[in-house]
Amino acid sequence: MSEIADKVKKIVVEHLGVEESKVTPEASFIDDLGADSLDTVELVMAFEEAFSVEIPEDAAEKIATVKDAIDYIEKQKAA
Amino acid sequence: MFRLDGKTALVTGASGGIGAAIARTLHAQGARVVLSGTREAVLAAVASEIAPDGERVHVCPADLSDPKAADALVAAAEVAAGAPLDILVNNAGLTRDGLAIRMKDEDWNRVMEVDLAAPFRLCRAVLKGMLRRRAGRIVSIASIVGVTGNAGQANYAAAKAGMIGMTKSLAQEAGSRGVTVNVVAPGFIQTAMTDVLPEAQREKLLGGIPLGRMGKPEDIAASVAYLASDEAGWITGTTLNVNGGMAMP
Repeated sequence: MSEIADKVKKIVVEHLGVEESKVTPEASFIDDLGADSLDTVELVMAFEEAFSVEIPEDAAEKIATVKDAIDYIEKQKAA
Repeated sequence: MFRLDGKTALVTGASGGIGAAIARTLHAQGARVVLSGTREAVLAAVASEIAPDGERVHVCPADLSDPKAADALVAAAEVAAGAPLDILVNNAGLTRDGLAIRMKDEDWNRVMEVDLAAPFRLCRAVLKGMLRRRAGRIVSIASIVGVTGNAGQANYAAAKAGMIGMTKSLAQEAGSRGVTVNVVAPGFIQTAMTDVLPEAQREKLLGGIPLGRMGKPEDIAASVAYLASDEAGWITGTTLNVNGGMAMP
């Protein structure tokens, strides 16, 4: 797993207080990890801070799973 | 009841009569208080009056007409207090009165900036931490005129009404995290400003107050202490009208 993926996973575990084993790439923040809309906004802000990226509102709306977040951040970092 | 031991509060506009009374009351209830305002010497005087030994009192001056000041103030207050903020009291405000047909854009804008935008920025800045910690109290001081309107105060009344709408929205956003957001709307409070009113005007004002007297800053401070307490944990999005019965919206 990439460094970015590791860090994303860690943030999700910390923020949502879920078990690490549940944070699979396919896991949906809302459907599988019990997040509400406020959690998803807080997660996006935590990603922004941790990776020094800006995630605009329209992109943030499309981040539904752990993999969505990793992919988006990896793309930003590669650019 | 209503003790605030172990809590840390930021009070803006703490150099004014109402703000100083709020700070004094929160401190008396056991809170650590951070006083903010533009007049540093007055803040220092209020601080030493509250606690001559400086215990649980800090001063963090800020000019909230600067858009960057709100974030900086929250950070500075937490450093000064050595603890995250549990309570924010948005009390700072100013007036630029005048009848609408002669009101200048700059008078409108300045009141909106200091009385509405700055409280929003402070709420935004403290909410991040409060949501994470699953606890927090925000109490904003509006005014009776935000509910009733007042000739000569279109800008001030709009800002204070805006504060009430903002509070209801924030209350809905933050409720699931145990953070409450409320408003205290004072009526006529005895301050240096109302002391200079002509006798006839004072009489007329008093005639409209069922409880027959002007309010004291302590009347407002007690309401703030209540809303800031653990016991008020099931009250959010509300406006507490503290006005001697002058308006009962």
